[in-house]
Amino acid sequence: MADTVAERKTDIGPPHYEKFLPPVVKANYGKWKYHEIVQPGVLVHVAESGDKLYTVRAGTPRLLSIQTIRELCDLADTYSDGYLRFTSRHNIEFLLTDPDKVGPLIIELTTRGFPVGGTANAISSMVHTQGWIHCHSAATDASGIVKSVMDELIGHFQTMELPAKLRLALACCLNMCGAVHCSDIAILGIHRRPPKVDQEKLSKICEIPTVVASCPTAAIRPKRINGKETVEVIEEQCMFCGNCYTVCPAMPLSNALNDGVSIWVGGKVSNARHAPMFSKLAIPYLPNNPPRWPEVVAAVKNIVEVWAKDARKYERMGEWIERIGWPRFFQKTGIPFTKQHIDDFRHAGLTYQRSVHIKS
Amino acid sequence: MGDENKPSQTPKLDELEKGPWPSFVREIKRAATKSPMARDLLGVLELSYEEKVGHWKHGGIVGVRGYGGGVIGRYSDVPEKFPNVAHFHTLRVNQPAGWFYRTEALRAICDLWERHGSGLTNLHGSTGDIILLGTRTEELESTFADLTKAGFDLGGSGSDVRTPSCCVGPARCEWACYDTLNFTYDITMHFQDELHRPAFPYKFKFKASGCPNDCVAAIARADLSIIGTWRDEIQIDQAALKEYTENGIDIQADVCERCPSQCMSWNGKELRIADEWCVKCMHCINAMPKALRPGQERGAVILIGSKAPIVQGAMLSSVLVPFMKMEPPYTELKELVGKILDLWSEEGKSRERVGEFIQRVGLGNFLEAIGLEPKPEMVAHPRENPYVFYEEYFEEEPEAASETEG
Ligand code: SF4
Ligand code: SF4
Ligand code: SF4
Ligand code: SF4
Repeated sequence: MADTVAERKTDIGPPHYEKFLPPVVKANYGKWKYHEIVQPGVLVHVAESGDKLYTVRAGTPRLLSIQTIRELCDLADTYSDGYLRFTSRHNIEFLLTDPDKVGPLIIELTTRGFPVGGTANAISSMVHTQGWIHCHSAATDASGIVKSVMDELIGHFQTMELPAKLRLALACCLNMCGAVHCSDIAILGIHRRPPKVDQEKLSKICEIPTVVASCPTAAIRPKRINGKETVEVIEEQCMFCGNCYTVCPAMPLSNALNDGVSIWVGGKVSNARHAPMFSKLAIPYLPNNPPRWPEVVAAVKNIVEVWAKDARKYERMGEWIERIGWPRFFQKTGIPFTKQHIDDFRHAGLTYQRSVHIKS
Repeated sequence: MGDENKPSQTPKLDELEKGPWPSFVREIKRAATKSPMARDLLGVLELSYEEKVGHWKHGGIVGVRGYGGGVIGRYSDVPEKFPNVAHFHTLRVNQPAGWFYRTEALRAICDLWERHGSGLTNLHGSTGDIILLGTRTEELESTFADLTKAGFDLGGSGSDVRTPSCCVGPARCEWACYDTLNFTYDITMHFQDELHRPAFPYKFKFKASGCPNDCVAAIARADLSIIGTWRDEIQIDQAALKEYTENGIDIQADVCERCPSQCMSWNGKELRIADEWCVKCMHCINAMPKALRPGQERGAVILIGSKAPIVQGAMLSSVLVPFMKMEPPYTELKELVGKILDLWSEEGKSRERVGEFIQRVGLGNFLEAIGLEPKPEMVAHPRENPYVFYEEYFEEEPEAASETEG
């Protein structure tokens, strides 16, 4: 085995980034002076040397066929000397030195269905996950909801008229691949039925101590059933995190009748003004209603609109809510406040209102 | 799909081809013109849309020889109906730092993925990798061979160092306080073994942001978050301020009053910043990039421990080193990380992220074990409870007794 491994190339790591930097970037690396936003989706960076770099940013569905990647490469060959990049939010960026090519590129992108925008006080593309396309633990789909929400909110991608940036994200289960827990608005897939233990399978494919130890609330107990070592779930203690299922496939949680989506608001990762914050629960449950999840789209749109109307300049969702207070947030958005909104996990007491500072 | 006269097999998904936002269904259909896998993916997805549940099973162990990570195994639970996606494994391919490409490189990936897989990708996955979505077990080795031929390698998965990622940094951003691309490439190469051969209690992620705007969400998504900062004075170009006032910025209201430290004053002509109180939040610089720039003594804050909820609840990273110079070969940081990985590998429980480990053993004990001094910058405030642990205490010495005996 060892000699065959040696024959193969391994551990070469990623290509060195320098190979992929446009000449203008190489020449001005670390020597950029300032930037301006020329129009939605178009940035100009000006270097100490006076060189200018134009960036045209467009939204993508993140899930891309090789046919579309080649099409985008063709555009990059024509307009940006064969260089392009992607952002952490799945936008594509073309890097141009010739300002005269900016307009024609925007027309090409728009006609081919790639909206240009996502800069400054806008909604950028949604960070999201795999959902029913590829994941075993999904409580909802990812791409379908993202498509439906962005179809509705695309106007805010293509303009910059919001009070501040608005970062939307979606994760299809509590594993949260993607920083949804610190987003202005996060859509999170949730299970609501405890795992159903497949006794036959479990004793064959899972290690009982591992399964028992996997549960953060100690809801899983070893049990002997019909002479077989297996486990049982104390259902009142289960909060549907899915950790047991991750370590043991014989504990499935997915269930069409109970799975759905929750909505979280007011998180941020940037340190600008307010320190980074977690998103907090706004809506505990909305049904899975494919293909367009109208309830989810309407809920997100409502929150965006109330915030956009009410927030002051530069106020991110969480900063706005902190100013007006949570009672007003629920009042203004018309979202009912329920028992589920009150934390009951560790350190829950720290989230209670421990003063008489109440706006009336 | 298929015969034009037949009714569509995917009426629900077809709905998602409508509307102005680019459609992932169109992408799958595009790939399906060539790939039977993509065709069956469409079928299995339509089934999920009808039934409102997923149809994928756990992967088990699949991968390429000599690697323990980089491939996510996936099998369909309805292989009889959709045999072409009976296996649908994903490869994570380590992206170039900053996600810059030349088109040749992307085309090479498209070509090899046309030969070996579904023709579907994610640009990019949540950790930052290029995701090649869906292939069969027997294709993995040959895909890997073609990938390395094209100059690419697999990224991380499972309990290993996950593919590090970074913001655009000095390549295009005037605010980068260190070279995020160089740093990311450097540690990716430094940790190749740890990245490809899982041997930790759980995953370990690095994310590098060049300034406190934290464009790659390092503070929320990385076990080790390296966030650029400065510690001298914000550079001010008084003349450029004028331009902003003329272009509708109200410096008093929009900048000074929004400063979290309340350390700025504006008299209509001159802006003053009491830098000793500035918390380096970036707001004023974001608002007026032409007039204000980070200081010149630059480095990074090193933070540790953020993660999503699984298992013990979500966490943000917290300060480990308030300021560190970030220059190649990053020896100080590598040494620190080495100590952290050793300790956590040794004492962490299975599926315990380093943040959870620190919560369990206590930050104080953790610092002691890795040889860092406790600093007030590491906490929001000192403890509020009096339940303090001391490892040792004094006993009265039996001095008097020994004297009489002597
Ligand atoms: S968030 Fe959960 S369901 Fe979605 S891709 Fe990640 S692990 Fe899978
Ligand atoms: S889903 Fe989570 S809480 Fe419920 S039994 Fe499994 S591990 Fe425990
Ligand atoms: S994190 Fe800071 S340095 Fe990096 S791209 Fe964002 S604004 Fe620029
Ligand atoms: S960086 Fe933030 S804290 Fe510092 S002066 Fe500017 S606004 Fe104030």
